[in-house]
Amino acid sequence: MEKIEDARLCDAGDSCLVVEFGTTVDRALNARVQALKKALDAISPPGIVETVPTYRSLAVYYDPLRLERSDLVALLLPALEKGGETTESEGRIVTIPVCYGGTHGPDLDNVCTATGLSLEEVVARHSGRDLYCFMLGFTPGFAYLGGMDEALATPRLQNPRALIPAGSVGIAGKQTGIYPIDSPGGWQLIGRTPLAVFDPLRTPPTLIEAGDWVRFEAVDEETFLSIQAEAGAGRFVPRTEKKEGKNHGTPA
Amino acid sequence: MALRLRVRSGGLLTTVQDLGRWGYQAMGMPVAGAMDPEFFQIANILAGNAPNDAALEVTVLGPTLLVEGQGAVAVAGADLGFSLNGRKAPLMTNLSVREGDVLSFDGTRGSDISAAGGGCRAYLACSGGIDVPVVMESRSTYLRARIGGFQGRNLKAGDLLCCGEAPPLLERTCDFTCPEHLRPRRDLEAPLRAVPGPQDDAFSEEGLRLFFESAYTISEQSDRMGYRLEGPSIPHREGADIVSDAIPLGAVQVPGHGKPIVMLADRQTTGGYTKIAVVATADLAVLAQRMPGQDVRFVRATPEEGARALRERANHLAELLLFRSTYRSRPKAVSLQAPQTSGAWRMTVEGKSYDVSWQEL
Repeated sequence: MEKIEDARLCDAGDSCLVVEFGTTVDRALNARVQALKKALDAISPPGIVETVPTYRSLAVYYDPLRLERSDLVALLLPALEKGGETTESEGRIVTIPVCYGGTHGPDLDNVCTATGLSLEEVVARHSGRDLYCFMLGFTPGFAYLGGMDEALATPRLQNPRALIPAGSVGIAGKQTGIYPIDSPGGWQLIGRTPLAVFDPLRTPPTLIEAGDWVRFEAVDEETFLSIQAEAGAGRFVPRTEKKEGKNHGTPA
Repeated sequence: MALRLRVRSGGLLTTVQDLGRWGYQAMGMPVAGAMDPEFFQIANILAGNAPNDAALEVTVLGPTLLVEGQGAVAVAGADLGFSLNGRKAPLMTNLSVREGDVLSFDGTRGSDISAAGGGCRAYLACSGGIDVPVVMESRSTYLRARIGGFQGRNLKAGDLLCCGEAPPLLERTCDFTCPEHLRPRRDLEAPLRAVPGPQDDAFSEEGLRLFFESAYTISEQSDRMGYRLEGPSIPHREGADIVSDAIPLGAVQVPGHGKPIVMLADRQTTGGYTKIAVVATADLAVLAQRMPGQDVRFVRATPEEGARALRERANHLAELLLFRSTYRSRPKAVSLQAPQTSGAWRMTVEGKSYDVSWQEL
């Protein structure tokens, strides 16, 4: 096992090298993953096919016919140093409008019952914090968000649904997330966004990237429909802003 | 008129693939692509195409296709009974086709039951490549999310596949066949090379020993996403779950039940199970031809050994491209003089200069 400073290099076959910063879910650790990705993307050395950030590591896919493993390791050292200089507070907030309850969120009542909170409180707590996107995975465009108010934690449905429409926003245990494509699932659905968080024909296909912050914003049915129409015609651009301060919405 | 193929029956699982949708895994988008990229590229080269043009991946029971327009096709990979107008047609050969021809797979093996003909996947490449929309820089089908390929799904009766513009010198490529020494000879019994990691330290010595010394059987629950294996359970040191990380092509996941799963083309991009090893990329093509019920063994390898195997394969494909150039530039008409018994060329492919000589034996 090789190490560069305190990062571990793990071989993942003949065409992938994993740079592992730790084994826990931690935002500071994840910030190092994103920083290394940025540093590598910036130099985009020939032979690197793509880099995939996860909670705690960066997978570097390479073409061993164009870039030998030893040369890749040599590239990683300066990139890790450069990545180390990046400050943690960088990042953007993507505002995602959500219409809570009703047909869009058929399980909102379940969440109220499980948490003992009123409908208004659930919505206020769910949209009241910026959530950090650690990584995307599981299905195309699915963002793993951290930092949901733990008072909202609700177990999954006992009987998963066969089909959940894309854009549905749900809670599963301490996690919250958006279904990016129509799929089966067991999350408690509390609302739906009119935006396509994943659209394979759009550039870029995803609205949320790893390292972004997500802010849910409650909208009514009428706004939902008008944004849906605008977004469908490619005219709606979700609001983004720079993330200020380090301690806002820090995940537990 | 460019070549078109009307689907009369779709077969068991026939999809449009290329070498995969690389570059979008950070967005959670699986790579997909041909399960056996070696035969896939050979089929394309023989059909006169670029190696990464979209072609059909045919699985076990192939489709029946009616030709509209004209062009050329080539089939490479497992011998699944490929026929042209009801007659057995040669694999690994450029075949001219025209309006009304019928391409089919009758599912029976021809005379070639050697390792070269064994397997469950064949690739049918058509001159010009299959012209489905490019989605995220690839034409590969990702079935689970219905993205890419022909409407994101396997082919059905009634579908019409349009091919791109005929590649240059197509008529000069007619009957071009893969030289014997460039036909992959797959040893279907050979163990698969696998590089330990990225979580080999999650397993005991005994666990690693079991993995590398046991025979596993491919389970019925195997598909383009992954092959589940039956055999000795591999014990973990502490637990099978990790905080999610990336799942590379060929990763061998070992969940809590201890039975390994080899993750293949349609794998999800990330996951939370320990990965004991990753199969050498070149050997995945061999695995992709094996079917449920067949055995798999693993042998320890280094990343460098995996890279060497890939280089060897790339060299063979480059040589096939070179042969195609030679074939296309052969003399046009039969000479009245005595037939040549030897010849030599110098040619340049991708900036490299090659001397080619031949001699009648």
